[in-house]
Amino acid sequence: MSSAPLLDVRDLHKHFPVGEKGLFGAHKQLLKAVNGVSFSLERGQCLGLVGESGCGKSTVARAVVGLHPATSGSIRFDGNELVGLSTRGWLPYRRKIQMIFQDPYASLDPRQTVSSILTEPSKIHGLSKPRERKLHAMQLLEAVGLNPRHINRYPHEFSGGQRQRIGIARALALEPELLICDEPVSALDVSIQAQIINLMGELKERFNLSYLFIAHDLAVVRHICDSVAVMYLGRVVEQASRDEIFNDPRHPYTKSLLSAVPVPDPELERARERIVLEGDVPSPLDPPPGCSFAPRCPWRHEVPDDRCNREIPELVERDGRKRSCFLPLAH
Amino acid sequence: MAMLSVRDLTVRFDTHHGNVRAVDGVSFELEEGETLGLVGESGSGKSVTNLAMMGLIPQPPGVIEKGEVLYNGRDLLKLAPRELQALRGNEISMIFQDPMTSLNPLLTIGQQLREVLEIHKGQKRREASKHCAEALGDVGIPAPESRLEQYPHELSGGMRQRVMIAMALLCDPRVLIADEPTTALDVTIQAQILELMKDLQKRRGTAIILITHDLGVVAGMSDRVHVMYAGKLVETGGVSDLFRAPAHPYTAGLLGSVPRLNSDTSESLLSIPGAPPDLADLPPGCAFQPRCTISTEACMHTEPPLETVLDSNSKSARFVACPSSMRRDPAFGGKS
Ligand SMILES: Nc1ncnc2c1ncn2[C@@H]1O[C@H](COP(=O)(O)OP(=O)(O)OP(=O)(O)O)[C@@H](O)[C@H]1O
Ligand SMILES: Nc1ncnc2c1ncn2[C@@H]1O[C@H](COP(=O)(O)OP(=O)(O)OP(=O)(O)O)[C@@H](O)[C@H]1O
Ligand SMILES: [Mg+2]
Ligand SMILES: [Mg+2]
Repeated sequence: MSSAPLLDVRDLHKHFPVGEKGLFGAHKQLLKAVNGVSFSLERGQCLGLVGESGCGKSTVARAVVGLHPATSGSIRFDGNELVGLSTRGWLPYRRKIQMIFQDPYASLDPRQTVSSILTEPSKIHGLSKPRERKLHAMQLLEAVGLNPRHINRYPHEFSGGQRQRIGIARALALEPELLICDEPVSALDVSIQAQIINLMGELKERFNLSYLFIAHDLAVVRHICDSVAVMYLGRVVEQASRDEIFNDPRHPYTKSLLSAVPVPDPELERARERIVLEGDVPSPLDPPPGCSFAPRCPWRHEVPDDRCNREIPELVERDGRKRSCFLPLAH
Repeated sequence: MAMLSVRDLTVRFDTHHGNVRAVDGVSFELEEGETLGLVGESGSGKSVTNLAMMGLIPQPPGVIEKGEVLYNGRDLLKLAPRELQALRGNEISMIFQDPMTSLNPLLTIGQQLREVLEIHKGQKRREASKHCAEALGDVGIPAPESRLEQYPHELSGGMRQRVMIAMALLCDPRVLIADEPTTALDVTIQAQILELMKDLQKRRGTAIILITHDLGVVAGMSDRVHVMYAGKLVETGGVSDLFRAPAHPYTAGLLGSVPRLNSDTSESLLSIPGAPPDLADLPPGCAFQPRCTISTEACMHTEPPLETVLDSNSKSARFVACPSSMRRDPAFGGKS
């Protein structure tokens, strides 16, 4: 394909100053939540973003939807640079890029009924008449597996999983082009989760939607994503197609991650072999000088001269896939 | 004797849209040192059951219609608020499903963790701080001393969840209720957290109720599994038996919906057909009947009781609320 990717993120950084009131008096520390992230997403595709808790996935997502400004780097949407845009400059992209949040509790206004939660976005964007909006809202509820008759209820009258479905319906209300999904199904029971994943798959085909899909459930990622980017401590360490990642992982962190997926079978699960990571989890307040995975990598001693602890491996492309690691490929 | 026994617990919510029984006649026992997996559909009453046991149902709109929760010979539902507070977070503690609403956004992580130790263990600030930093380290949070000075919004979703876990484990509880404790965690950290819970269990004989949608986690952690649907227990049994031969059609549908790392990605994921039940408008008879593939005429009129089935391969009892499944499956050889 010759056309530009729908979303192209290059060398993205997001640093937070922390610790003003800390033990360190006036001394400010810099927390490098996102520390040079690059990936791209083609139109109509679903890119999975996975990685350790706290490695910067949600921070990347928030930068892409403009919830907080990037420290440096580039985010191109359909060829247009988003980093550095003014609030007005952002306006056309607000509708095209929607987000589904990780935390259904915090992201729904408790004083609004489901009806107003679902109709407000289209009202703000001046779309359709009130009656159509209500009808549309009821269709959305049905689509996400909720009872349309519950449209006049408040968020607290729903269970955790039900609330997350409301959040999904709200994001779909504006028929966006790119949906940033931050753990959209982790609060759902597996049956509803299956329905939502199937629904997201259908919507993707029907409207040529694209997804950036953040999740911890790797079986779900494998099911819905076309390609996967794996993050560790503020950087992408591997990006490849779905089958390449799952059948032939090449970064040690990706390997450890896949080996830790629990199996829904009591005998197999208890007998399963895992790669157990030793060593301290590195901190984004004080990232290691070399590869950030090195302190915990079971294979770091196989690279000569302690290189992993001294030098940061770059994300290099080879055979159409990317990896940042000094180990030889055949490993 | 059981460490904790719940008898006929029934919780109702009175809302503008009618009264719903979120928990309807739930009874079970929890033994010392065991892990009980609690699974079931979203909205089936898993959290409400456990919140009720902890005396944490907002009243109104909630009403505890009936039931007993016996711990050390005392009914927790009858304790004075102050007695309950002394137990909560101390001997009995809970990891809440929603970390953001359970952490105070205005207080630092350190202030909130220290408070627990100051109240229940009478520790002084320095000692408490040291313990809290260790606890954060145990749940895999790097640079814990600096994190103690941060506010909840400065942490990632999974880190907030781990703060909740650290808080629940601070006082080495004897009963731990973990409501979706690892949903926001990657699988390597999840494994570390589950190990931590097992360690506590070995050290203290802690009984754990583990509520989760992740059937892989249930498979690895639980001794017994309870399945809820529409406010009721519909199946209970030993983990291996239940996974090998789910008896209730809902349990079977649930196990069938799990995406696996080797499933065919060109196929849609299986899910249970039909809509989740409306608690304010339940059908007469079995609540699962409208979605059930093996239902009979009788299922539309008679509510199936939770009955024992003979499970020849197992010592642990097996109960199921579905007469049709017992007739259908010769493995269960009828009622005992
Ligand atoms: N404060 C409340 N007011 C009214 N109804 C409530 C309240 N809290 C819970 N409910 C209702 O009680 C039922 C059971 O909710 P509960 O939170 O126990 O479900 P759950 O099994 O934990 O689901 P999930 O897996 O989604 O967390 C739901 O139908 C919910 O709508
Ligand atoms: N507003 C903020 N102020 C200070 N630090 C922050 C802020 N937001 C995030 N961070 C820090 O940035 C890092 C990355 O957080 P982020 O939420 O992006 O992680 P994540 O990959 O989404 O993790 P999880 O899987 O747990 O949700 C963490 O160390 C977090 O503490
Ligand atoms: Mg996150
Ligand atoms: Mg719940």
